[in-house]
Amino acid sequence: MDSLLDGFLQAFKLIIHLDQMLFGIILLSLKVSGFALFIATAIGVPAGALLGLKRFPGRDLAISSVNTLMGLPPVVVGLFVYLLLSRKGPLGFMGLLYSPTAMVVAQTILALPIVTALCHSAIVNIDPIIRLSARTLGATPGQETIAVIREARYGILSAVIAAFGRVMAEVGAILIVGGNIAGYTRVMTTTIALETDKGNFELALALGIILLAISFTINSLLHFVQRKGSAPGS
Amino acid sequence: MNLLASNIAKGYGGKTILSDCSYSFSNAGTYVLMGPNGCGKSTLLRICSLLERPDAGELLFTDNEKPLSQDIDLRRRITLVLPKTGVFNTTVFNNVAYGLRVRGMDRHAVMEKVGRALDFVGMSHKVKQNARTLSSGESQRLGLARALAINPEILFLDEPTASVDEENTALIESIIHNLKKDGRTMVIMTTHDHDQAARLADTLLFIAEHKITERKK
Repeated sequence: MDSLLDGFLQAFKLIIHLDQMLFGIILLSLKVSGFALFIATAIGVPAGALLGLKRFPGRDLAISSVNTLMGLPPVVVGLFVYLLLSRKGPLGFMGLLYSPTAMVVAQTILALPIVTALCHSAIVNIDPIIRLSARTLGATPGQETIAVIREARYGILSAVIAAFGRVMAEVGAILIVGGNIAGYTRVMTTTIALETDKGNFELALALGIILLAISFTINSLLHFVQRKGSAPGS
Repeated sequence: MNLLASNIAKGYGGKTILSDCSYSFSNAGTYVLMGPNGCGKSTLLRICSLLERPDAGELLFTDNEKPLSQDIDLRRRITLVLPKTGVFNTTVFNNVAYGLRVRGMDRHAVMEKVGRALDFVGMSHKVKQNARTLSSGESQRLGLARALAINPEILFLDEPTASVDEENTALIESIIHNLKKDGRTMVIMTTHDHDQAARLADTLLFIAEHKITERKK
């Protein structure tokens, strides 16, 4: 590559032509992260609501733990999932190592504490008077909970979007458990790492630009959602 | 429906608020509860509306002299309007519809009852507005509309005009007057405004030294 500018030009050509390999990589990235996010949301939102609304022994410890796990280093998660799924590991018999499923598992572990902790914080920030109002209007305890979750909907959506941002940008864990196998487990971030190593900067740059564009879209969405939540009717 | 409170006691953090507090609310009409700040007016209202349990004493709700068990069915026949309305972040319509929807009412009945309740509090023109953009007086009227939509047999109002301007105070008082004319709902309210109490009360009650007493108007 003659210059950085040349690299960018090549990258844009790649993006405009969007060949099948590039498309496959982007699609797999979105699939793995999307699926991981779906599972993390399905578990994390009820878990966040539980932490926010119920009093039970060990609750404070659980909240501190979830907050700590938000900062889990991806490589540590990768190592943990690797040991779990490797042939000698307790789940080795499932033969999942170096598969998209293993990557989904790793990203779910990374996304879950983020969804849970941010949902918890969104829910505890809802004025207790909302729950009380629901009760005065004849809600059952279950309906009260739903009223509070509904009230926290913008915060919950922000939690989900924040988690999506994290898993899309993540490389350490999926590299370890996915193995970066071309056409099978190769995603945007792992490709960037590999192609940079190989000196193949055009493809790395092209993917970098697309990744940034996706990240920008996610953040714009997040900003929009937060504004809508804080300024009703505007 | 009648309500008999017997020997109610309640305290917070070792401080006695109510003790041996008894009264029989037995006529449709407006009961106005007065007393100095912190005397336990709101506490009594929250206990009577089944939001809090007393430390001691008993509440007895009866319908045609038959005692009612204090379950969700009874809770849905009474309601309390809080001094500050907990406005749901959605339209005025959805706010008023909430109590009807949790009862599983069908869409047409919800539309009709919400319309009637909003009409009653003079807010029909705000139906589509986000309720969090209402003024404090309007929010208070929204709280009333939410309560009226569910046709409560006992309506508890905790300082319904404490944080609203004169115009809305007059509107809220006229809503309470209209309820009185309808004669179907027993209203039990607190206020610290003597003139308001004189204007609205059929029965004037005072809380002093943790107990409730009736005063002649």
